[in-house]
Formats: sequence, C-alpha cells, structure tokens
Amino acid sequence: MTQEDLTISDPKMKAHSVNVFYGEKQAINDVSIDVGTDLVTAFIGPSGCGKSTFLRSLNRMNDTVASARVTGQIELDGEDIYAPSMDVVQLRARVGMVFQKPNPFPKSIYDNVGYGPRIHGLAPNKADLDVIVERALVRAGLWDEVKDRLAESGTALSGGQQQRLCIARAIAVDPEVILMDEPCSALDPIATAKIEELIHELRGKYAIVIVTHNMQQAARVSQRTAFFHLGTLVEYGKTTDIFTNPRQERTKDYITGRYG
Amino acid sequence: MTFNAAALLLLIAGLALIGWLAGRARSALLAGRAGEKLHSRPQYHGWYVALWLFAPAALFLAIWSSVSPALVTNQVLASEAAQSLPSFGFERGAILSDARSVAEGRQAAVRLPAAAPLVKPYADASHKYAWIGIAAMLALALAGGLYAFTRIRPEFRARTRVEKIVMLFLLLASLVAILTTFGIVLSLLFESIRFFRLVSPAELLFGTEWAPTSGAPQPDTFGGIPLFWGTVLIGAIIAMIVAIPIGMMTAVYLTQYAAPAVRRWVKPILEILAGVPTVVYGYFAALTVAPALRNFAVMLGIPNASTESALAAGIVMGVMIIPFVSSMADDSINAVPQAMRDGSLALGATPNETIRQVLIPAALPGVMGGILLAVSRAIGETMIVVMAAGLSANMTANPFASVTTVTAQIVKLLTGDQEFDSAKTLAAFALGLVLFIVTLLLNIVALRIVKRYREAYE
Repeated sequence: MTQEDLTISDPKMKAHSVNVFYGEKQAINDVSIDVGTDLVTAFIGPSGCGKSTFLRSLNRMNDTVASARVTGQIELDGEDIYAPSMDVVQLRARVGMVFQKPNPFPKSIYDNVGYGPRIHGLAPNKADLDVIVERALVRAGLWDEVKDRLAESGTALSGGQQQRLCIARAIAVDPEVILMDEPCSALDPIATAKIEELIHELRGKYAIVIVTHNMQQAARVSQRTAFFHLGTLVEYGKTTDIFTNPRQERTKDYITGRYG
Repeated sequence: MTFNAAALLLLIAGLALIGWLAGRARSALLAGRAGEKLHSRPQYHGWYVALWLFAPAALFLAIWSSVSPALVTNQVLASEAAQSLPSFGFERGAILSDARSVAEGRQAAVRLPAAAPLVKPYADASHKYAWIGIAAMLALALAGGLYAFTRIRPEFRARTRVEKIVMLFLLLASLVAILTTFGIVLSLLFESIRFFRLVSPAELLFGTEWAPTSGAPQPDTFGGIPLFWGTVLIGAIIAMIVAIPIGMMTAVYLTQYAAPAVRRWVKPILEILAGVPTVVYGYFAALTVAPALRNFAVMLGIPNASTESALAAGIVMGVMIIPFVSSMADDSINAVPQAMRDGSLALGATPNETIRQVLIPAALPGVMGGILLAVSRAIGETMIVVMAAGLSANMTANPFASVTTVTAQIVKLLTGDQEFDSAKTLAAFALGLVLFIVTLLLNIVALRIVKRYREAYE
C-alpha cells in the first residue's frame, strides 16, 4: 500500500496502527486508515475479516464487550478517542451508529427520534424537540410516510422504515460521523435502494463509514473503499480504483468473486 | 397363596425380557431366511414384543389389585360365618380387618374373638381371587406376547409402532399432573358446594364480619372481607412494596453492572434463598421482626401495636419473594436484545439512561408478569402469616395491627379436632376455592403477559 492512498486532505477520523483483541484472539492487526469528512467510506471484505470490529472501535462500541481490548491510536478531529480524558458518551453523540438489524426502541416513532436529543439536552422545550424530530425524519426520508402517525410504535414499521428510523435517530443528535454496520443486510432490494439513496443525500453533511459485504453496494455509494481480509487492511483507496484497478492480488480475487 | 403385586410385576418384567430376546432373535432369523432387509432393526421387534407382553398385563395388574380386595370381602360377606356380624359401623369393619390380617399372614392370631370364624372364609376367598388374578394376568401377557410375536415379518414396521407406544406413555405421564389438578379442583368444589348450602356465597364474599368460632349464643358469621383484606394487605401490598424495588434493583445490578465473578456467586445464593422453607422465614418473622416492629411502633405511640402484625409478616414475605421477582426481572432484562442496548449506547446514552429509559420499559411486560406470579405466590403463602400475622380478623389499614389472611384461617379451621360436616370446617374449603380461583386467574394473566412479551422479541 502506498502512502498517497492514505492521504486525504481533510480527514475527520484518523486511525493509526490499530489492533483489536477479543481475549487472546487478535481480530484487527495494525490497521491505519483516514476517514474523509465529505466522503462515504466503505469497508468491504469476507465475513469475519474484522471490518465490523474495526467500525465498532471507531465509536468505542467495543467497550461493551468485556474481553475486547484496543491498542493504537484513533483520532476524531485530532483528538485521541481512547484517551482517558475522552468522554465516551460525548464521543458517541459525535460518532453515531446504525446497526445491521434495525433496532428501534419499543417506543413511539416520535420518542425514538427524540430519545437522543432528550438525553443530551438538545431540546429545551417541546417545540424545539418537534423541530429536531421533524428535521431528522425529513433528512432520513421518512417524514412523509410517518408524519401522521408519530405516536405509533417504532417497532410497527416495516423493516426498511425501521432502518430509516434508526438513521433518523442517529441524525437527531447531530453527529459528525455516522457509522453504518451492514445497514441493508436485513432489508429487501427496494428498501435497500432507499437507504442507498439516503446515503447519497447525507454525503457531505456527515462523514459516513459503511460496512457492507455487498460489493455492488460499496461501488454505488462510496468514494473510498477499504478491503479487509483476516483482520488486516489489504488495500485502501478511491472506490473506482479498487473496483477497476486493484493493486493487490487478494483484492482482485475478492472483487472478482474468487472467494468471499 | 396371596396376591403379591410387586412380585407379579417382576414376573411379567422377566417375561417381557424373554419376549424382547425372542422378538429380536426371530426378526433376525426371519430376515436371514427370507434374504430380505428388515424395515426396523431387530431390537425394535424385541421392544414391540416386550411392550405387548408387559403393558396389558401390568395394566390388568393395577386394576386387579385395586378391585380384588372388594371382591374378596364380598365373598366373605356372602359366607355363612358373616351372617352373625354386627350390621354396620366401626365394629364390623374392625372384625373384618382383623380376620383379613390373620388370613393374609400379617398377624399370628385374631385379636377379636368374633373374627375367628371369618379367617377361613377370608383365606379361601383371597386364595381364589389371587389365582384368578394371576391366571388372567399370565393369559393376558402370553396373549399379548404371542400376538406381537406372530406379527414379526421383515417388512413389519416395528419401529414406528414402538415409537407410537412410547409417545403414548409420555402423554400419560404429562396427563398425571393435569388430572391431579382437576381432581383437586373437584374435591374443593364439592366441599365448597356443601358449605354454600349452609352459608350463601354472597355472605362469604361480601360479609364484613368473620367469626366462625363465636359459639352457640350468637350464630357463626362467615364474612370473608376481613380475610381478603388481610391477604391483600400482606401479600399484595406490603410484601410487594418490599420485593418489587429490591428485586428490580437486584436484577438491574446483576444484569448490567455486576462483574461476571460477582454474578457467578450472587445468583446461586439468591436461588438458594428461594429454596429456604417458608417455616424458617416464619420463625424469623415471629421471633425477630415482629417484636422489633412492635417496640418501634410503641415508641412512635401508634395504637393497637401488636407482636403479631401485618407489617412483620408482609416484610418477611417480601424478603422471601425477592429472589423470585429478581430472577423473573433478570430473565426479562436479559431477553431484551443486545441490539436495543447497543442502539441506546451508540446514541451517547449513559448505561444508567439506557437501563431506565430503554431496558426497563422494554422488559416491563415480562417484569409485570413476574410480579403477578409473585403476588399469586404471596397470597397463597401460609407459614409466615400463621406464625407472624395473627389470627384475629381485623379490618384495619394500620400495618402494625394484627390481621389475618385466608390461608391462616384455613389452617385454623382445619387443625385440631374437627367434624367434617360443620359449616366451620367446610368454610375452609370454600376459602381454599376462592384462593385457588384468584391465584389461577393471576397465573393465567401473568403467563399470558410473559408469553406475549417473549413473542415480541423472537
């Protein structure tokens, strides 16, 4: 991997020599990567290659796994997120996350979106919260579908709507980065297309990192692609380069479907 | 010759073993001779023969051992020697059983002279019926065994048959508990109906005076309200005020905060606590908690403070229920998907906010179900209230006063010398029926809630 691949003029997050261990087992081995501010970055690779693990270390969700241990350095706007001075609650408000399976809370649609702003005290009164909730739902492309039934349970929505609700929920706390962990793997093609469209629209407003094992999806939505294999970063570069002109043999084999 | 059911059971079990060996050998032989492949492996043929040999004979044995004593007695009563027996009652029964003991060799000589002439008819009769029984049983066993044995063919589907029979046994086993419950309900119901012939149901359910022991001058009154109130005060109010918050906090700590090592120790200890006999809690309530509470109440100047108080019984009962509530809450919180917790944490919620605003609301239906089950246990609990709550039926909201509960009154009504046809004794069954219905309804509602909640996350 050459140096210019890693260079991004205005990185939002910088990871340097990151290792992640689950107990004795090393899941991520010496990964360095920059995440661009106005870019969508895709992590691809076969199952178990560590792409989700690495994603979860970007907002310290690995902290919830007792045996997980992270070494190396990850910076958000130049600030080490694993430094003792970093407040993990604030970090996660700045680096939001959307999960593989839609996981709305068993609350109303309104309360699902309002949950984050409430706990962070972003809305001093109901009118402010109304504005935040509406804006988040509009951005997530869900407003027209749910504006008349905000009081209904979030779990009553369809799978694709639930996932967009989860995106709205993440947007509502006004993050700087949104991490998406295979956000479409539980959705049908139409719902997937909507999410991809949404990612296009969100680009530029947030730095987006998306993990996917669907290579066409990575090619469609991202500008940068990182290929992970067996816990290492094999190749990282412009999405067009990775898919048309991969430099590494392993990347080529993977994107041509030799294994995966 | 007497009828020894255990020995006979062994005998047919031995025959069944022979049948098993024979069936297995024959199927292998037939298959070898015909050069065909067996549908079922030889041991299934063996089991098929053995089951046909054993099951009908064992069933007959069970029926015969319960029927034959009556047949024997009938024959004895028909004999000439029995004509001089007293016509009815206690004495007649004593003479008969005396004669029977001697006839069956359990006793060397008669104790009652009148029994002596009956010994021989008894011996004859039991001899006769024993032989009939054994002969019939053996005939059944052989018939069953032969029937099965002759059906063995290489293509015979012994395995499916055996599996069907095994399934039938399993079904019967599962019916035992259900049928027993049914029997309990019926017995409660019949005694209660006898009670309700004497006292109207309305009086029991809505009457406010409970005085079944007032004696001759005043009539007994069976107003159940004071008992129901006492039960609710202790089991559903005081015990739950103790058990719900502590149980919930225990569950939250154990599921969310406790290190695995702590959890590994605390959870089994809590489970042991759930297995402590309630009488032990009763001692604790009566000897330690109740006097302490009384002194405390006297110090505060609360009137009617008694060493038997609703509060003492309720608090100790609450402590007893804590493991129950915490284990139900633990299960419910654990059943909330990890994704829900991650979703909240990923939004920057603290663990505390996540627990209060996401986990507990999501677990609430399950927790509610658990609480209802706990209430139904608390109101059916007996020993603690008998020992610590007292027996005086007061309608009071003062938790330091003595109250009584349905279960405590049932114990009081049924202990000591009782006639089983007075309203006083029968009242115990009516109370039991009320308690049974209430706890049954609570359990049905609770299990339904828990079930619906489980479905929501599957």
